[in-house]
Amino acid sequence: MNALAARRRHPAAIAVLLMIGLFLTGAAYAAVAPEPADATTQALPAQSVEEGKALFRANCASCHGLNAEGRATGDGDEIAGPSLAGVGAAAVDFQVGTGRMPMTAPAVQAARSEEVVFEQEQIDALGAYIASLAPGPSVPSEEAVDPTKGDPAKGGELFRVNCAMCHNFAGSGGALTRGKYAPALRGVEGKHIYEAMQTGPQSMPVFNDDNITPEDKRDVIAFLDTISEQENPGGMTLGSLGPVTEGMFAWVFGLGILVGCAVWLGSKSA
Amino acid sequence: MSTTAPDPRPADALREGDSAPATPPSAGARSIGGFAGWVDDRTGAAKPVGYLMKKVFPDHWSFMLGEIAMYSMIICLVTGAFLTFWYVPSAGHTVYDGSYVPLRGVEMSEAYASTLHISFDIKGGLIIRQIHHWAALMFTVAVVVHMFRVFFTGAFRKPRELNWVIGSVLALLAIIEGFAGYSLPDDLLSGTGIRAMAGFVQTAPVIGSYLVYGIFGGPFPGEMIIPRLYSAHVLLIPAVLVGLFTAHIGLVALQKHTQFPGPGRTNDNVVGYPVMPVYAAKAGGFFFIVFGVIALISALVQINPIWGYGPYDPSPVTAGSQPDWYMGFADGALRLLPGWLEFTFFGFTLSLNIALGALVLLPLVYMVLGVYPFVERFVTGDDREHHLLDRPRNAPVRTGIGMAGITAYTVFMFAAGNDIMAIKLGMSINDITWFFRIGLFVLPPIVFWVTKRTCLALQRRDRDQVLHGRESGTIIRTPDGRFFERHDTELPEDQWILVQHEAVHPLELEAETDEHGVARPAARKDRFRAALSRFYFADAVNPVTPAELAAAHHHGHETEAIEAPAGAAEIESAETAGRH
Repeated sequence: MNALAARRRHPAAIAVLLMIGLFLTGAAYAAVAPEPADATTQALPAQSVEEGKALFRANCASCHGLNAEGRATGDGDEIAGPSLAGVGAAAVDFQVGTGRMPMTAPAVQAARSEEVVFEQEQIDALGAYIASLAPGPSVPSEEAVDPTKGDPAKGGELFRVNCAMCHNFAGSGGALTRGKYAPALRGVEGKHIYEAMQTGPQSMPVFNDDNITPEDKRDVIAFLDTISEQENPGGMTLGSLGPVTEGMFAWVFGLGILVGCAVWLGSKSA
Repeated sequence: MSTTAPDPRPADALREGDSAPATPPSAGARSIGGFAGWVDDRTGAAKPVGYLMKKVFPDHWSFMLGEIAMYSMIICLVTGAFLTFWYVPSAGHTVYDGSYVPLRGVEMSEAYASTLHISFDIKGGLIIRQIHHWAALMFTVAVVVHMFRVFFTGAFRKPRELNWVIGSVLALLAIIEGFAGYSLPDDLLSGTGIRAMAGFVQTAPVIGSYLVYGIFGGPFPGEMIIPRLYSAHVLLIPAVLVGLFTAHIGLVALQKHTQFPGPGRTNDNVVGYPVMPVYAAKAGGFFFIVFGVIALISALVQINPIWGYGPYDPSPVTAGSQPDWYMGFADGALRLLPGWLEFTFFGFTLSLNIALGALVLLPLVYMVLGVYPFVERFVTGDDREHHLLDRPRNAPVRTGIGMAGITAYTVFMFAAGNDIMAIKLGMSINDITWFFRIGLFVLPPIVFWVTKRTCLALQRRDRDQVLHGRESGTIIRTPDGRFFERHDTELPEDQWILVQHEAVHPLELEAETDEHGVARPAARKDRFRAALSRFYFADAVNPVTPAELAAAHHHGHETEAIEAPAGAAEIESAETAGRH
């Protein structure tokens, strides 16, 4: 205890105490934080429109209306959920398959979630139901989204012209107005990228087949696949967010290390 | 008419009796001998070099911040020379066929293709490019932090105002040099930067569009801008930068280095070690440390992945398009300026929403920096030389002004990252922008006030420590059961630091009229100066005077008598004596 008491006025003592305090707080929080509830429905696989309709009524109708006709909140022009007639199975597959729908609470925009509530069969059933309401884009075939069949260089050009202004050059995402954002695209399945281009979810414009042909869409998927697969030349990417993170790194780590060295050297008398 | 006396010796005995003139070794060879003597005989360098080698420098880590800047600049020069071997400053079109697959077959400029070539096909090219860029960022960071040190310690005061001005120009040149370099690879990001620059120049009233045509040699983007920026980046600006830098460091050697106050350190000496051998070893070693750290960062952390941005094309732009950090404040100003500042008169557009941030703010920041020493000189009326540094707390208003300025600059700089903050913090970019807009006006005064109060509080604590000693944390119990805390007196050398600075008072206003009742012409200027002086010094906390110290020691026992029992001092001194 004496050794500890002798060092209590050491310059590093405050920093060490702070670290211990933070660690204990974190550990205590991790110990008592509630586990997220597991609410995955284990319904039977269903392919039919009827099954999809039942799933829709149970999970989506509270916002989108009993017959997917859309519903207003009653507060001005605000809507709880838009009409889904004509959005097609592709939109359902994108929104539900990326965990965006069903939304747990109203928000400026539905966020992608790792926890997809439905099985793929259920999503397909939901899609079949929505597609039965009015014609709309369907889920692309495996071949249409196969990155190995696309040209990443051409996809890169298309990406920079059509996508980078919101999603950033490396697909790291970017800000839109009032809390909306273009999400990061790394680790997103090719089919979801295809569907997003085709259906224009949320703030995104529609890139239909006249605008970007199916082959071009596959090239874009190939480009995104290449940049997320490739090892990063030159080291850690700092999030591929451009000069902001680089500047922050220079100030925090570059300057921190060099000033540390200067303090060390300055304290060494000759 | 003959001007030479005829030699009396006949022709056959012309050299008779001549002896070779004595050739004593020159002064240089006598004292240093060998090769150094040989050089000195031919250049006379021994004297100035000897002067420099014997120059004494004081020791403090903050004096090395300028060294970090100097070494980063040297690293930039060395690595930059390497990059020029392969870089092609041309906007000529080419089709990429190098080893980076995702760009193969893509049309691009030769500048961009050569930068890709350096990054992927030249051995060591990528690391040298990354060292060049990281060193450039560290150069600008170190310049700024070095300026902080000089500002907050008052090292810019006479006789160093001139060097402060040179330093401000260097800081401005550094960021212009950085921007020119950032624009050379001709990738999407740097092209966007040039496009923005073209827009900024266009907002210059009346001459804007002519200026842009002049700079770009025609409409944007043209083929001229890359070669021109290249000349500026590798030749013009570095030449001025190195020239001014030499003057900057020459003046440091000439004027001797400032030092922090301490026992034995006066305005007339420098306490430290001579350059040879101590500082030569230390500074030389520090160069390798700086180079090592920057090389390590460059090896581990990617910077400016130009292959990811793709070639420049005027139509696309990427989310998160920002300049490097040192231009961030100007970019941030553009993001904060409201759009209604654009006016149209008689078919002419005045884009103050851009010009204020791009054309006014940038030079303004460096102008304000450059004139500060003269403002303070005007306020204090102090014409003496200062070689002892101020502790920042002993100049509360200057420290406050500096912190307020840093706050305003930081608000501008952070505003340039509002989109990155929005996505990373899950906030609305509009809210962030409004926070910065309001913060720009609200935060600097708050920071000024808090800093000034903190400085005054620290000064009062210093006074308290001198007058009453340091709380020892030792509680003494008297035989009759009462308790008091022992106060240790400061060691004289510690106390010196707390009392060495000068007492300051606001300037007294002289009578506005002379003895004949005639108004003095300078009265208005003096009133202004007195008002500023009151702002600086009205609530100054002055150091303990010897008389106050003596009084405190005398009265100390009386005050203690209130808190502590009679005889406490004796008990205390007996105990202290027992310890030693």
